[in-house]
Amino acid sequence: MSAPMSRDEAQRLVERAIKMSKADGCDVSLNASITGNTRFAANQLSTAGEIEGSTFAVQSSFGPKHAVVTTDDLSDASIRRAIEQSEKLAKLSPDDPEAMPSLPPQTYVPVNAYHEVTAACSPADRAKAALTALEPSRKAGNVNASGYIVTGNNVSAFGNKTGLFAYFSNTTANYTLTVRTSDGTGSGWVAADDHDWSKLDYKSVSERALDRAQRSRGAVAIEPGRYTVILEPQAVGDLVQLLVGYIDSRSADEGRSPFLKPQGGNKIGEKIMDSRVSIISDPADPQLGGQPFDGEGFPLGRQTWIENGVLKQLFYSRFWARKQGKVATGFPTTVKMVGGTTTTEQMIANTERGLLVTRLWYLREVDPRTALYTGLTRDGVFLIENGKIKNAVRNFRFNESPIFMLNNIEALGPTQRLAGTEGGGDVVMPVIKARDFNFTSLSEAV
Amino acid sequence: MPTSTPLPEMDAAVKELLLEAIQAAKAAGASYADARISRFMQNFVFTREQQIQNTVDTETFGCGVRALVDGTWGFAATQKLTKEGVAKAAKTAVGIAKANRIARDAAITLVPTEAHPNASWRSDFTIDPWTISVEDKAALLLKANAEAMKAPNVQFVFSALFFVKDERNYASTDGSVINQLAIKSWPIIQATAVSNDRTDFQNRSSPTPPMGRGWEYITELDLPKVARSTGEEASQKLSAKPVDVGRYDLVLHPTNLWLTIHESIGHATELDRALGYEANFAGTSFLAPPEKMLGNFKYGPEVMNIQADRSQKGALSTIGYDDDGVKPEDYFLVKNGMLRDYQTTREQAGMLKWWYDKNGMPTKSRGCCYAQGWNNVQFQRMPNVSLMPGERDLKWDDLIAATDRGIAIMGDGSFSIDQQRYNGQFGGQVFYEIKGGKITGMLKDVAYQIRTPDFWNGLDMIGGKSSYEIGGSFFDGKGQPSQSNSVSHGAVPARFRNVNVINTGRKA
Repeated sequence: MSAPMSRDEAQRLVERAIKMSKADGCDVSLNASITGNTRFAANQLSTAGEIEGSTFAVQSSFGPKHAVVTTDDLSDASIRRAIEQSEKLAKLSPDDPEAMPSLPPQTYVPVNAYHEVTAACSPADRAKAALTALEPSRKAGNVNASGYIVTGNNVSAFGNKTGLFAYFSNTTANYTLTVRTSDGTGSGWVAADDHDWSKLDYKSVSERALDRAQRSRGAVAIEPGRYTVILEPQAVGDLVQLLVGYIDSRSADEGRSPFLKPQGGNKIGEKIMDSRVSIISDPADPQLGGQPFDGEGFPLGRQTWIENGVLKQLFYSRFWARKQGKVATGFPTTVKMVGGTTTTEQMIANTERGLLVTRLWYLREVDPRTALYTGLTRDGVFLIENGKIKNAVRNFRFNESPIFMLNNIEALGPTQRLAGTEGGGDVVMPVIKARDFNFTSLSEAV
Repeated sequence: MPTSTPLPEMDAAVKELLLEAIQAAKAAGASYADARISRFMQNFVFTREQQIQNTVDTETFGCGVRALVDGTWGFAATQKLTKEGVAKAAKTAVGIAKANRIARDAAITLVPTEAHPNASWRSDFTIDPWTISVEDKAALLLKANAEAMKAPNVQFVFSALFFVKDERNYASTDGSVINQLAIKSWPIIQATAVSNDRTDFQNRSSPTPPMGRGWEYITELDLPKVARSTGEEASQKLSAKPVDVGRYDLVLHPTNLWLTIHESIGHATELDRALGYEANFAGTSFLAPPEKMLGNFKYGPEVMNIQADRSQKGALSTIGYDDDGVKPEDYFLVKNGMLRDYQTTREQAGMLKWWYDKNGMPTKSRGCCYAQGWNNVQFQRMPNVSLMPGERDLKWDDLIAATDRGIAIMGDGSFSIDQQRYNGQFGGQVFYEIKGGKITGMLKDVAYQIRTPDFWNGLDMIGGKSSYEIGGSFFDGKGQPSQSNSVSHGAVPARFRNVNVINTGRKA
């Protein structure tokens, strides 16, 4: 196996496309992937598939007029059609006063996120991995395993008329597992993700999910309210990665963002969170391994958004940066919250009364002024009393903002690469302990 | 009733490839196979204030083959639309099914269905949006934006036109060969008002649902007029009174209620969820196990009738034949308040045979099989799930006039529900205080929290036929790998007693 398209093949295709262009500007982006998946539920395999796909997107521009056309057929005839169509649409489009010229050639940090073992993963390999959950679950007789194993071999490339060319290939391996007790009173979720299939410890994932399902059985209802919480990395990420949706400096400058300053402008330079909080993006970080350029071919290095609780930076598009006299940043492809040294066990031992939360679910924005979200806990919530896990408790609905939560930090623990639930991509988060997390109602859902 | 202006016959080359694919699967050992070749096109125009942000055209075309071998599924998809290409995909699908045999428990079986050897269907549209120029689309949006910005404090407007053209070709080893064409359109306008001191901003999204219709829908809406009121309401929200928390009678407009129906009934009545097949992602359902729920669970009062169909004119799930080759029929999920049925596919219908036998009904699929595109495997997805009108022809104003202390809510806002569909929280676009049967002013920061069975059993008044409206979305996610499905839900205005309302305007 190899990447679905080599660097040379991608570059030749991009150059061939650019030669066909009659427009002033021509930006081409190319994606190709081979993914394989195996899904199981109720202790049996349900669906499995292998999908090869590609997309070719071209933006043609004539001065301030531009338009995008995409196709997934990479034949010359199809690419020519797409280019001609985008040129036709661009000419018909009204002027965009914010149009920016194509970027000149850039240099990118090297990132190694491609692993041959992942690219070579077969349906039989995935079925065998599924058996690590299916066999013990069938044997246990009182649980049902539902899971999903997916591997990907991906390429993205970007090029334009000024000679810029960017190429990135990676592999992905992801395993998520939910084990539910047959009586419907317990549910446990555990997951793992890595670029390297051989680092995915699916046996351990399966064992831990089974254990969590058994321990979550017979959850007790306790009153909603403000609780000290120990959030596992997935739960932290479910909430914290939503902040990426608010990093646009323009929204803040325009007065419609949690990072706006009432006097005008934005809160860059202000302390907005607990001083132990730092949030970065860095494609070359070994835990992240992300694409080192954004959708315009803008090079991405290490970006510090929050440092020791201070808002250090927001995203500046090239247009907004020029207008505001700032430096453009590129849009991040990765996100990591820096961890600490307190282990989960130490956090539990130091908690008089609190809740240990596995993950969050169905998060939706409630108030864009404060980045307030609602959502629910899911697949394992445990009451901690006097430094020990006492019993499983029922799920809660919360109404909470990651900004409020990151002001209420008590401790930070080791980081982990997330397998993703609602979001995806290259995300790394620590386990955290925070006070006053706002649970507003109970849910009977298991 | 489905509008079925017959199309010309399926393209001969496409038909040949479909037949090649299913033959190849059969030859490789499949007991059943189906193949889909589809072309999915999208067209977008995005604007803000008085400028075009982008125009985008997308197209995807390929073939997916599903094969059942010894009771186990395999699926493979390819963009290589040659005889060799689709045959290779078919063999890969069979190979995957065989590889999965080691992990099989019970064998998958399909209930029989009628074959449709030469069927075609097209959705209800008169003007193909692809025949309208980008200049005309952009001009309409910019005119609408200008209207929205006439309102005080409205500083920003985002607007978009979003069109879908979905050509679906299908063949199965059971003898069906079907081609279908659906067109869908969604205009969106969002106005943002910012207070003079920058301590508040408020958004209002236009009440312009996506529909399974063409450009004629856009022109009928009169977008500049809609934009004007959208802008005015965004502006009014700045001076609205923050809601006092507590319990209120809610009068919900169809533009709000469709989403609550979607979350608390639409997803809850999916049989795959009830049986645990979505446990690892979208979740399960409180309507489980089916043998305890069917015929026994009281969802709501007598006036509550929930229809499932794929036939309503202009609705997004409306289609002639599903992705199992089944011709769907209208049916009731909830009849006179009682749970009567689930959403099913050919793979699932047999699991309810005991119930259909008991009620003298044939065991057949409810026609809810759907795949997002050629590169996704089909599974159970939502039909149009709708709250049917009451016998008396009551209107929105009648419900408000009958309410002493309550809140009237229009438009869909924030939405979230747990993985078994018990505990939901919903916002809205605009909120009005009702006192003594009259609207006394606008409220803000309102969200209502429900427990599904309590909420629906609190329903005590519903609108009639003339107040029925369809709402919906292009984006409903389910499955792994995740697939997106467009959904529509018809509803009448309805009143719900004693619902918990929270204030979402927290400062810290």
